[in-house]
Amino acid sequence: MTQYLLRRLFFVVVTMLAVSTLTYGLIFASGDPAVMLAPHKPGVEPDPRVIAAIRKRYNLDQPVPIQFLSYIGQVLQGELGESYYYRRPVRELLFEKFPNTLILAITIMVVALTIGLPLGMVAAIKRNTWVDRAIITSCTLMIAVPAFFLALILIYFIAFRMRLLPLSGYGTPLHLILPVLSVALPTAAAYTIFLRSNVLNQVSSEYARTARAKGLANTRVAVKHVLPNALIPVVTLASLDFAYLLTGVVLVESVFNYPSIGLQVLQAVNNRDVPVIMGSVFVGTLLIGLGNLIADLIVARLDPRIRVGH
Amino acid sequence: MFKTALRITDAPEGHIDFVTQMKSTSPSWWVAAARRFTYNRVSMGAAGLLLLIVLASTFAPFFSGHDPAKQYRKDGLKNGLPVGPTDQFVLGTDGFGRDLLTRLMYGGRVALLVGIFASGISVIIGTIIGSIAGLVGGGVDTLIMRLVDIVLSLPTLFVILLFVSLLKPSLDITIVAIAALSWAGPTRVFRAEVSSLREREFITAARSLGTPTPQIFLRHILPHLLPLIMIYISLGVPTAIFAEASLGFLGLGVPPPTATWGNMMQVGIGFYRASPIQIVAPGIAIVFTVVCFNLVGSGLRDALDPTVSR
Repeated sequence: MTQYLLRRLFFVVVTMLAVSTLTYGLIFASGDPAVMLAPHKPGVEPDPRVIAAIRKRYNLDQPVPIQFLSYIGQVLQGELGESYYYRRPVRELLFEKFPNTLILAITIMVVALTIGLPLGMVAAIKRNTWVDRAIITSCTLMIAVPAFFLALILIYFIAFRMRLLPLSGYGTPLHLILPVLSVALPTAAAYTIFLRSNVLNQVSSEYARTARAKGLANTRVAVKHVLPNALIPVVTLASLDFAYLLTGVVLVESVFNYPSIGLQVLQAVNNRDVPVIMGSVFVGTLLIGLGNLIADLIVARLDPRIRVGH
Repeated sequence: MFKTALRITDAPEGHIDFVTQMKSTSPSWWVAAARRFTYNRVSMGAAGLLLLIVLASTFAPFFSGHDPAKQYRKDGLKNGLPVGPTDQFVLGTDGFGRDLLTRLMYGGRVALLVGIFASGISVIIGTIIGSIAGLVGGGVDTLIMRLVDIVLSLPTLFVILLFVSLLKPSLDITIVAIAALSWAGPTRVFRAEVSSLREREFITAARSLGTPTPQIFLRHILPHLLPLIMIYISLGVPTAIFAEASLGFLGLGVPPPTATWGNMMQVGIGFYRASPIQIVAPGIAIVFTVVCFNLVGSGLRDALDPTVSR
């Protein structure tokens, strides 16, 4: 077990190194950051002395491989560099925004599961009735709605026409409702469809047949025997989704102007704030890697057939 | 409730052999699959609607007398605001006085091109790399699968944003960026499929006759992969369309004045109170196209792969 954990963590580190190399290469292949950082006036070439000063200030005067190695060295000490744009440590910027991201991600996940799991179960139990068809039809439509489009619709009707909730920003629980719904509803729809088809696949399996042959009632078979097995793939999917949510739902955050890691990356991309992009990709990869690991551990816990470490 | 559990005639799930059932080189298998598809009314309806969308986008110049980029500053704008539906502009105009319906049809071209090409390229890469991993095995297999793991644990949107912002946004870059980050999933599927095909008798027979590996792949394995390739391409289109719309919405997609559904929504967001149709029209177009591809994809899966019970 310990060996398994160590191997997985080692792989997370390898992934992060690979990702940093890729990001670094992409950024330097696309232009000199010092030139981009220099203050630009339309039609006027930036002063070479200014560029030289910027190079010195951010260690950009060294060969790219040396810069990269010193960046990796810094990162290993937990230091992600300084933002070109805000002149503040990247670590600080990420820590500042992370609580907002975490709150958003947790709420979205809770809402999506609370809606999706019961609906999926009901659809499976009532399958081929009008209830099932209504659920499946609305979910099929819902998974096709991009979250940012749903966000705009909700803003128009609920915040603008009915004036029930704030348009954008953050701070109170009321500010969370619309961003959460616009991501959680399509996610819930996906879980509904997924759980339904898992349950239906399990129902015709041999163990469910045995349980029924013993004379157990349908609902009991469904809840006691089928549901735990049908839930396992949903747990895997949900933990992966959660890891992705932690890296931000950039579009919805930008629609609602919700200050979070995703929105910060978007601004950094527009400002060519290389250290912030690097740091965010780095931390995002770490979160997803750890998320995957935790998902596998949870699933191994739930399903005794899966043995971790083999 | 759970009617299948009582049906004794049900063959045990997963024991129907998809591969031996299909004699992939014989046309009758495809004819039977096509017949199964046409029996599925929902998928046929979706295919019909999809055909309409494809025709409307492809032959946009025949349906509309307007140039999608022409700004009708005189009759297309009133006090600087877009005009509502008139005889001249069926859905009204956008914030620059351009005809909305015309832009909607031309926007469909970009969505379909990006959707089909990005999904097609990623599935073809997945087929090739996955087959190499499955056929060659050993160290090559391990290397490829570790690479897949790395790509799967990338914060996808961050990396796409980075990629697109560093290179100049264009149609090609959009397609390449989306395909470059979505080949990993298909690679896993095709590797699993190929490594199970590899153990089958007809492959052993071909090998013992001295058939070289490339020929085994082309003549004996690839035909078996074709149904999966079709299914995965059609199911990958929605993801690519979402990604394209997201990039367009952030202003990082195909640059204006080319109309895309994403950048139409971006322009429309400035007028969402006065004229919500600016956002609703392209939004609905995305939803319908994505629903159609999802339904056609699941219809294909039911028709081509009888082992999957839905």
